[in-house]
Amino acid sequence: MPRLKANLSHLSHLFLPLSVLLILIVINLVKGADYFSITMVNGAFYGNIPNILFGASELVILSIGMALVTAASQGQDISIGENATITSAVFVLFVLNAGEVTLFTILAGFLISCVAGLVIGAFNGALVSVFKVQPMVATLILFMGGRSIAFMIDGKLSPILANDISNQIGTVIPGVPIQTPTILTAVFIAIVAVVLKTTNLRLYVEAVGINPSAARLNGINPKKIIFLTFLIMGFCAAVAGFIAVNKAGRHDSVNLLKFIMMDAILAVAIGGNSLSGGKFNLTGSIIGAYTIEMLNRTLLRLEVETETIKAFKAVFIIILMVIASPVVRVFASKVLDKAKTLVASYSIRKIGGLNNAVVSNTDTSGKKEE
Amino acid sequence: MKKWSILLVVCLVAMVILSATIFGAGMIKVGIVNLPPEESGYRQANVEDMNNVFSKKNGYDAKQTNTMDNSEQIAAAKGYIRDGVDYLLISAANASGWDDVLKSAKKAGVKVILFDRSIETDPSNYEAALLSDMAYEGNTAVDWVLKSVPKPINLILIRGQLGSAAEIGRSAAVLKAAKDGKLTIVADGTGGDSWSLEEARKVVEAAIAAKKDFNVIYAENDGMAQGAVQALEAAGISHGKNGKVKIIGFDFNRFALRNVQAGYWDADMQCNPRQAAEISKWIKSGKIPKGIVYQKELLFTTDKITDKDIEQWGINADPGKGVITR
Repeated sequence: MPRLKANLSHLSHLFLPLSVLLILIVINLVKGADYFSITMVNGAFYGNIPNILFGASELVILSIGMALVTAASQGQDISIGENATITSAVFVLFVLNAGEVTLFTILAGFLISCVAGLVIGAFNGALVSVFKVQPMVATLILFMGGRSIAFMIDGKLSPILANDISNQIGTVIPGVPIQTPTILTAVFIAIVAVVLKTTNLRLYVEAVGINPSAARLNGINPKKIIFLTFLIMGFCAAVAGFIAVNKAGRHDSVNLLKFIMMDAILAVAIGGNSLSGGKFNLTGSIIGAYTIEMLNRTLLRLEVETETIKAFKAVFIIILMVIASPVVRVFASKVLDKAKTLVASYSIRKIGGLNNAVVSNTDTSGKKEE
Repeated sequence: MKKWSILLVVCLVAMVILSATIFGAGMIKVGIVNLPPEESGYRQANVEDMNNVFSKKNGYDAKQTNTMDNSEQIAAAKGYIRDGVDYLLISAANASGWDDVLKSAKKAGVKVILFDRSIETDPSNYEAALLSDMAYEGNTAVDWVLKSVPKPINLILIRGQLGSAAEIGRSAAVLKAAKDGKLTIVADGTGGDSWSLEEARKVVEAAIAAKKDFNVIYAENDGMAQGAVQALEAAGISHGKNGKVKIIGFDFNRFALRNVQAGYWDADMQCNPRQAAEISKWIKSGKIPKGIVYQKELLFTTDKITDKDIEQWGINADPGKGVITR
């Protein structure tokens, strides 16, 4: 019974992202019943769902990092797109200077770009954890200057990454029916899941996010944990940058992953996470990221006029967030509780037992605290 | 004694005048107010071109300020006027707010030449403006579409940043042709404020999912054309020289021109960032035209383009002959 309850409460955390996703699926199915149809094109799956999985890969990876940073530091990293641009610039620089492009050079380039990502994460993390700068202010530095740095690394050009291996990483590997970015994202999610299952990362991050002083009194160093989440964010940015630059086939320091932090923050919010830190829900963020991708494509599918498409997106998101806001949720649960107590009191009157009423009361108050 | 002193003074004056002619008249003092190269590939080529042409070697004493901040630009322009430059070249971050600066330049006898971007002001406030004619670019590209795409023409329009001069000019020609019944726009999307490859890809993917029939994609820059072609590739739709869907991009990135050359795309329309040579010609000859002058711009197709064209007119990195950027 308690386990069932725990499962249910876990699901209730996913209520928001799942309901949003459901609404979008319904809209899409109304528009055309063939929404889920998948065909094979050149030996790879093709259809709306593979396209969404493909298109959202970078966003999913970045929103995982964003959820962790948000949970621990109670703020957001707004430089993620720029960080990914810098790390991918490092990747491209290495690959283009390594001579012949082999799987090894790509892999080495990726690892070096990960190191760059960690350095960037350490920079942001140090500002936030050691110097106590607000996360948004600290990351504003790279948000402003990151693209210039990437531009310098690029040697003031948009270098071209036109080789077969990059192309296969950005599209499909012959013989594999699923697009490579989708596979990479799945692997990434699996790694994160394993890390969260096998370590105390979740507990520590949540403890720090809920109350740093209390966490410190319990032997958790908030500085270290916040620093660590920014390191992870840097790694996420490196992976996202790697995927993005291989998709594009060239490094466009001006426009690569521009404004993606907006969508990443939104994905975290749609995922049912509080933007002021504390408990976090990575499954929600991931679903949130796919939801945003689906929303973007739904608006295109509905052929909303080009000029109004952004306004539509904004209105849609506002409606979703209001429906899902804690105020409305509390109101809804209050209404639900009232209905329950009404039913309960009705049944009490019928049975005449007092113990039952007490039990049900404590039960509801416990729910409220959640 | 008096004679000697007069001679000395005369000599000194002569020396001063002589040195002034050697150091001053030899150099033309130019102040350049521009946007920073990291703004775009276009700007990168533009800044590089300005540096090359307005160099000491060519007889210019040029100072340059590159910033996206309009007020910083205005401050820099004021500084150059105070320094007493002969010419002030401006590509403004913002089209408004320049009236006072331009008037004080006029008063100080500094000749103002605008390049690339226009300023909303009375034309008497500047000498000349050398601009890209976005409407011309759009018309040339649409003429190509009408001529080389088999009828009926079903076009996917991928716009750039809505409201930007380039988007308005390049879209207008398509919209007019559609209104005149010369072509049908089956999908009308945008790459957004960042002229995004990913967004362009989504626009085409949505059109494919909706089973739209189309035979040409008109993408208002090269990155978006690339995204559109990625969507076609993934869906297994043929394109380019012998394909079903014709592709046209804008801006003359070298990777785009190589794609055109390889027949992977069909055409690319220029947006010329190299105004410096023309302006230098005006300055050197002393014949500065009045008002707005539009640059001549080119359209290259698969059968016409040569290596020399790519070398000469392209911007950004060259992937090399025969290399396709997918």
